[in-house]
Amino acid sequence: MRKAVIIGAGMTPVGEHWKLGLRDLAVEALLNAMDDAGIDRVDSLYVGNMVSGPFVEQENLGALIADWAGLGNIPAVKIEAACASGGAAVQEGVKAVLSGLEDVVAVVGVEKMTDAWPSDATRYLAYAADAEWELFHGASFVALNALIMRYYMKAYGYTEEDLALFAVNAHANGARNPYAMFKRPIKVETVLKSPYVADPLKLFDASPVSDGAASVIITTPEKAKELGVPKEKWVEVAGMGRAIDTISLASREDLLVLKAAKVAAERAYKMAGVTAKDIDFFEVHDAFTVMAALSLEALGVAGKGEGAKLAKEGQIAIDADYPIQTMGGLKARGHPVGATGVYQTVEAVLQLRGEAPSQVPDAEIGLTQNIGGTGSNITVNVFRRV
Amino acid sequence: MARPMQVSRYWRHFREKYMLIGGKCENGHVHFPKRSVCPVCGSRKIEEIELSGRGKVLSWTIVRNPPSGFEYYKPFPLALVELEEGPVVLAQLTDVDPEEIDFGMEVEVVTKKIREFEEDGIILYGYKFRPPVE
Ligand SMILES: [Zn+2]
Repeated sequence: MRKAVIIGAGMTPVGEHWKLGLRDLAVEALLNAMDDAGIDRVDSLYVGNMVSGPFVEQENLGALIADWAGLGNIPAVKIEAACASGGAAVQEGVKAVLSGLEDVVAVVGVEKMTDAWPSDATRYLAYAADAEWELFHGASFVALNALIMRYYMKAYGYTEEDLALFAVNAHANGARNPYAMFKRPIKVETVLKSPYVADPLKLFDASPVSDGAASVIITTPEKAKELGVPKEKWVEVAGMGRAIDTISLASREDLLVLKAAKVAAERAYKMAGVTAKDIDFFEVHDAFTVMAALSLEALGVAGKGEGAKLAKEGQIAIDADYPIQTMGGLKARGHPVGATGVYQTVEAVLQLRGEAPSQVPDAEIGLTQNIGGTGSNITVNVFRRV
Repeated sequence: MARPMQVSRYWRHFREKYMLIGGKCENGHVHFPKRSVCPVCGSRKIEEIELSGRGKVLSWTIVRNPPSGFEYYKPFPLALVELEEGPVVLAQLTDVDPEEIDFGMEVEVVTKKIREFEEDGIILYGYKFRPPVE
């Protein structure tokens, strides 16, 4: 079977880009990735994006971005899987390369969120929930996650303080990432003193509304050699998995199990021939602090109900056993929803090339996990140093 | 969201939203709302069932920054309610002091206004849950 390697990675800083539109961000990240690989053409483009229609009245992103990046008459489409759109787009790009139909594929994840009024942004993000049975009742995404958070705390006896540790860790790492939206360490008190958005979930338990784009170039080792891309730049996409769960939270078999992440991780581990023990760092989808805890459990890093314990025991820091969010995670790097999975991929590439601003020593295998909805659509990817 | 939405879009769910009609498969699995395939056993033989509307609060939150269209109602409590027949329903709580909401609190269904669209728009009604009225 063919192998897939990432040979180029690029991104824009995450933030409130008042002067840049969706196309500017996407084209900038894409050209950065192509320059990084040293190439000027690709066979196809996959765009990870969640809600460009409502946010900026623009769909047909494949044509828009390929056109403005000067890529010619290539095939180009948008891939949507809610907040997991970026992770899913990377997977579609890898599948195209593995199938043999395309040799050099570009993936770009992009989201432009700050052009919308905040309560409208809240509405658009809730489009990832069940419109008739969740949004109809006024549920925001934050509110749905707050329902999980309260239930999690009650089930295992955790406090708001315990979960705040995930935000503290993310900000500590994000402070060293020049591309992060928040480059400032915070304390547990910062989280606890921030206002409730949906009790018990506070502003600092949640990732920010942001703009940004990230991009990777995927090909085979043979083609990478032919293109003259130095081997130090290659990172293998060793395993992939993707699965769904019920779209509405009320229908979940167990509120406290990210079943889709579990299934996706099992597939990714199997394809890569690894177990959770072999992974050197984890980029989990910490859109909300409780999601970081549940993700660690679903990925097999922690037992059921013990995800938050890992944070309490100091096991999630860069120099600990299970480093997570090494470049700030969604919480500090920022969360331009449809771009996040590609940012995670770019960050994994930097770690495995040894170029990360907060480097995990001798990192050889890394994992990214990207959640769409309240756990309804999840991708897990495993990357390996070549 | 200023434009009124089509009445048909909301009216097609009036039985679920006004009467709490769910589904029960041939093997006795109850769900809400009704589906064409039982999520537990895969059976497609499903009949309608009117749920009692009595249940308990499983988890709850206070929505302080709602999606647009609900600003007027904030803050409001939103909960997952486990009905006595088994299914869990997401809905707003009403006629309750937020401080008094607790795990396992008993509630019953009531039909209330969910939201209004602007001038010339439709008014949406649906289920909410409240502490039982004797
Ligand atoms: Zn059944």
